[in-house]
Amino acid sequence: MATGAAEGAHGPMHQFEINRLAEFEIFGIDASFTNSSLFMVIGVALIVGFLALATNGRSLVPTRLQSVAELAYEFIANMVRENVGTAGMKYFPFVFTLFSFILAMNMLGMIPYSFTVTSHIIVTFALAALVFVVVTAIGFARHGLGYLKLFVPEGVPFWLMPLIVPIELISYLIRPISLSVRLFANMMAGHTMLKVFAGFVVSLGIFGFAPLLFTIAFTGLEFVVAFLQAFIFTVLTCIYLNDAVNMHH
Amino acid sequence: MDPTAAKFIGAGLACFALIGAGIGIGNIFGNYLSGALRNPSAAPGQFTNLLIGFALAEATGLFGLLIALIILFG
Amino acid sequence: MLASLVVLAAAAAEAANQSGGLPQLNPSDFSPQLVWLAITFGALYFILSRWSLPRIAEVIEERRNRIQRDLDEAERLKAETEKALAAYEQELAAARARASAIARETREKLAAEVEEERARVEAQVNAKIAEAEKRISEMKARALAQVNDIATETAGSIVEKLIGAQVSADEARRALEPVPGE
Repeated sequence: MATGAAEGAHGPMHQFEINRLAEFEIFGIDASFTNSSLFMVIGVALIVGFLALATNGRSLVPTRLQSVAELAYEFIANMVRENVGTAGMKYFPFVFTLFSFILAMNMLGMIPYSFTVTSHIIVTFALAALVFVVVTAIGFARHGLGYLKLFVPEGVPFWLMPLIVPIELISYLIRPISLSVRLFANMMAGHTMLKVFAGFVVSLGIFGFAPLLFTIAFTGLEFVVAFLQAFIFTVLTCIYLNDAVNMHH
Repeated sequence: MDPTAAKFIGAGLACFALIGAGIGIGNIFGNYLSGALRNPSAAPGQFTNLLIGFALAEATGLFGLLIALIILFG
Repeated sequence: MLASLVVLAAAAAEAANQSGGLPQLNPSDFSPQLVWLAITFGALYFILSRWSLPRIAEVIEERRNRIQRDLDEAERLKAETEKALAAYEQELAAARARASAIARETREKLAAEVEEERARVEAQVNAKIAEAEKRISEMKARALAQVNDIATETAGSIVEKLIGAQVSADEARRALEPVPGE
């Protein structure tokens, strides 16, 4: 990989390379501090720092920062309340953490020369798998084996069951894959696209202004996508939670 | 046939999945707009559903893209 | 967005020629990412759920309570105002009733007084009239009596002048008797 990184220093995929900043192992597991880890830490520090700063005064009439924090809080709280109901407010911290983490990673990735944590399938898949495990655990904890009824939709004639049940089962099991691939592919595709068109700016010489303008416009779009993908990941998590909490399919 | 060429052709074919995703996303947003213009007061309430539909339609296309990437780099 | 994905495939192919493969699919990079994801995400969840979110929730809750309290207070004040207004209205109606009662009473008293006065004056006048009438009839009777005397006397003297005979007063009166009867 090291040779590949050297060769592809200007390629569109170079921005996704993992560089080990400090190599060490924990219990035989490679836990090196990479550029990915660095941006995770920066993102978390930013989120916590922002919320700490915003809630510093805790005034009744909010300051600007505080109202932004409250806006984010209400945004996610409403999302959970609308999609899951008040019973789902128990899982609000989890949903908020997911949203803020993904949003911070997506937005950090928009800074030039930075690293987009969410453009790595393993990270998004781990997040999606976490959601899947949490949702399934909640489902079985709340409904016991009755949670399996999720795969047997009501009002379907019994002779269709052999067809419907596997479809439901597959669509349930494919959730973490679709959830993770959506986020990963969106972030990766957007960043690659930007890089490819930025390369055209140089190679086209005098006509380079056209891809430059496109790149600028597309950067704006990428900010929208960065927010939208964090939002969609969270909304889908809420919908899955709703299945587990309320079970009306 | 040269295996590399076959790989590229396969990856290109896999990207056809994006046609369907494009049509689907166009359908979703088009229908949302026409519905929203008929009944603008109901439109904001369906915005979340619009984004979910968009995400689901896009995901199917992205699966195809993923296959293309795996063929190319896997 | 999706159009970009098509371009991506070509770009990725180009990249594939340059490097060994997608950096995302390099298994040796998986474990550090997973470890640090677990650390950072866990830390974020812990901090948010224990500290940051309760702080925001507290402020929002406090504001909601404050607004509710203020609304309740306003509601109470409004009710009080309405009560005072109702009391005032009641007072006003009572005062109006009292005023009209006093006016009626006064009117009635005055009317009674006037009536009484009128009756008294009328009685007085009637008494005076009666007295005057009595006096008039008395005077008339007296005058009539005097008239008879004068007539008798005159008749006597006329007869005496005419025939030279002495006529007594009684005779003259007898002679004149039927005359006043007419």
